Amino acid sequence: MTERLFEGADWDFHTLQRITDACEEVALGDLGLDVYPNQIEVITAEQMLDAYSSVGMPLFYKHWSFGKHFAYHEASYRKGLMGLAYEIVINSSPCISYLMEENTATMQTLVIAHAAFGHNHFFKNNYLFKQWTDADGILDYLDFAKNYVMQCEERYGRTEVERTLDAAHALMSHGIDRYPGKKKLDLREEEKRAGRRRQHEEEVFNDLWRTVPKGASKTRTAISLERRRKLLGLPQENLLYFLEKSAPRLAPWQRELLRIVRHIAQYFYPQSQTKVMNEGTATYVHYRIMTKLHQQGRITDGNFLEFLGSHTNVVFQPEFDDQRFSGFNPYALGFAMMQDIERIVASPSDEDREWFPDIAGKNDVMGVLRDVWANYRDESFIAQFLSPKLMRNLRMFHLHDDPEERAGIRVDAIHDERGFRRVRRELARQHDVGYIDANIEVVDVDLSGDRRLILHHRVIKGSQLNETDAKRVLQHLADLWTYDVALIEVDANDKVLREYVVSPRPITAAA
Amino acid sequence: MAIHIIDRRLNPGGKSLENRQRFLRRAKSLVQGAVKKTSQERDIKDVLEGGEVTIPLDGMHEPRFRREGGTRDMVLPGNKKFIEGDYLQRSGQGSAKDSGPGEGDSEDAFRFVLSRDEFVDLFLDDLELPDLAKRKIAQTESDGIQRAGYTTSGSPANISVSRTVRRALARRIALKRPSKDEIDELEAAIAASTDEDERLELVARLEKLKAKTKRIPFIDPLDIRYRRYEKVPRPVAQAVMFCLMDVSGSMSEHMKDLAKRFYMLLYVFLKRRYKHVEIVFIRHTDRAEEVDEQTFFYGPASGGTLVSSALQAMHEIVRERFNPSDWNIYAAQASDGDNSYSDGELTGLLLTEKILPVCQFFAYLEVGESGGSAFDLSDSSLWSLYERLRNSGAPLSMRKVSERSEIFPVFHDLFQRRDTAQEKAAP
Repeated sequence: MTERLFEGADWDFHTLQRITDACEEVALGDLGLDVYPNQIEVITAEQMLDAYSSVGMPLFYKHWSFGKHFAYHEASYRKGLMGLAYEIVINSSPCISYLMEENTATMQTLVIAHAAFGHNHFFKNNYLFKQWTDADGILDYLDFAKNYVMQCEERYGRTEVERTLDAAHALMSHGIDRYPGKKKLDLREEEKRAGRRRQHEEEVFNDLWRTVPKGASKTRTAISLERRRKLLGLPQENLLYFLEKSAPRLAPWQRELLRIVRHIAQYFYPQSQTKVMNEGTATYVHYRIMTKLHQQGRITDGNFLEFLGSHTNVVFQPEFDDQRFSGFNPYALGFAMMQDIERIVASPSDEDREWFPDIAGKNDVMGVLRDVWANYRDESFIAQFLSPKLMRNLRMFHLHDDPEERAGIRVDAIHDERGFRRVRRELARQHDVGYIDANIEVVDVDLSGDRRLILHHRVIKGSQLNETDAKRVLQHLADLWTYDVALIEVDANDKVLREYVVSPRPITAAA
Repeated sequence: MAIHIIDRRLNPGGKSLENRQRFLRRAKSLVQGAVKKTSQERDIKDVLEGGEVTIPLDGMHEPRFRREGGTRDMVLPGNKKFIEGDYLQRSGQGSAKDSGPGEGDSEDAFRFVLSRDEFVDLFLDDLELPDLAKRKIAQTESDGIQRAGYTTSGSPANISVSRTVRRALARRIALKRPSKDEIDELEAAIAASTDEDERLELVARLEKLKAKTKRIPFIDPLDIRYRRYEKVPRPVAQAVMFCLMDVSGSMSEHMKDLAKRFYMLLYVFLKRRYKHVEIVFIRHTDRAEEVDEQTFFYGPASGGTLVSSALQAMHEIVRERFNPSDWNIYAAQASDGDNSYSDGELTGLLLTEKILPVCQFFAYLEVGESGGSAFDLSDSSLWSLYERLRNSGAPLSMRKVSERSEIFPVFHDLFQRRDTAQEKAAP
């Protein structure tokens, strides 16, 4: 039992196997985690950079922007401006964790505990991931996407494909379904669907139809606004979905490309909503596993100190007036909250009993945590579980910056009795993706007239779109829609703040 | 639970290469500008080493809908002294500067490293030898290979399966080789047969068919066909570049350095872009000699100046080795412009009568002393002579250079692709 997993910093593949087994014992036994099968892959720094540029995925379609990111990361890595992550973990089944070859044995243990068990459990159990991602199908789907893009390039030319993908990427953040309702994504089915459609087209293709003269189309009487909106499924906030289904002049392959980009955006959507929780979970899990291994004597005091060193770096939270400050560190906040919940469950104070009657003193720490990990996202998690004690520890305060206010930035609330709830609400809101992203919807299409597409941006708190970027994105949008596109920024009282109108570029000129 | 541990380190690298090439292609004009700017500051040998370039990110920007401005609310850690209702000054204070999530990393200028090949390729991308004509089929060079039907002999790698099978099929049909179906049918009939006589007859027939099958092979060596390839002589434009450099005593170290830089660049350019360019190095003082590149670039020499000697040498070499009807002839001359007055007439005569008529392009580079702008001084004897010639319509290009940093632009100017930029009037 007290046999050491490794001595010193060196490791080989047997060591990794022993480490993983030991971690698994603690993770499944003591912590009661439920994970996908693990697949651990050892990679080099260059491969890590590769993974960075393809948003962490092991395979991806080809696009210049990934080359750009690679060059950017590589340059800053070479200059020593940027360290590389110790690991990357992929939400797939089996759950793939990439470990850097440079890590010491202690670091490999930390990373395996963190990724292969912490993140893995979160991916498998959190409701958002269950709802929106298909861990079984993602790798096959990416493979399909890669091949599909390649085939399109062969058939329709690289420039054309690039143009479509550029546009789709620009709209990626608005290619997400935010509300469930439709059936769960089945990526394997997606792949088959594309194949079937092409086959069907080939089967029913009959060149004769092309030569049949078309009669003058029936003049449609103007349909009412209500009916029109209903037909087009408006208002629609998933711009990519709307274009895929309704853009009048897109080729089928272009729609498929939009669909691919949309699916990938959707796949990453839960990750952006659960940064704090996901990292908090993984950090809490690796901390528990490492501590346990140390208690069991499986890792030496020296190794444990090495672990504590890097653990402390990871959960370091600079204060707001520190030069290193760049917002809340999700590892720090997440880990602190998990530990805080552990404290509330195990040894609550009176204050905790008042604030958290449901969990205070319940004693089943892992049971409560597993329930939290399964059923919350960052916003609801903070809104529910950020305790007054933690707010005091981190000395949180809320600033309200109104440009109209001459006197300066107002301190709206601090960590006191009056402020706890307000600080908590505000922090939760900061982690609400729906609140951070601009709220843009397709509201109408002028079907009987010039087919102009009309979008609304609901301006919140006077924060309008960056003009240059907005124009460029709209240009992409107009190119896909192939008619004019208007974006109207309206505030809460329907007052029009600004209006953009963009016409599509002629296709040849843009090549 | 089975855990898979996989070593990916040995997987082939360069997974991002394709994406990188796409990126470079897309950012070509930007990167090219950066490459040219970078190369001005570099030593000539370093130009070939690649290195870091910076491009403005604007053209490569990936736009997104981003919100900005308006009222902002933020929760921050580390309150030390504020209480509710305090006001913080807006500018200057560290507290006011904090960035919301996602604003932190701005990448308005973009630095990255180009490999040696990428760098040189981009650097030389829009250069070419002007007016490359006289395409002649060279006897030696014929690297074009093209398909040329089928042959009965060849290497196994070149077997044309479809053609072979087609021929085999034709032969089998012509010789009436029994098909497998036929034999199967017969065997079934034998198995089903009850009458002994009939069975024996059927067996005999089967034997015959089988024997025939053996005699007529499925694929005969006769059927085998190989794809044939033929080497095709490709018309190759042959060209020769004469590098004429003045190394006389009047050339200061600085001037020699400039001239050598220019030739070095020319050398790199030709070697890299043209497979079939000969380069002849001639250096001259008051007499000219043909030298190898080592001597040309690094060998010391000094003496008086007779430009005509170099032209004479070039003329003789052309007559001996490069028939003007077969060869595209180019020349680049570098000098400080000093020439003995008595030589002027001969130089002019040689140039107009002998050299220029056979040249596609003749570039003259006048190197000057650092600091002194070449335009202040009165023109050198050689410059005024050449200018006279040029004004009378000779195909001469002339440039003056007095600083290292001017070498690259001038070089570029001289060899820029002509369809993009018509030759500008020389100063």
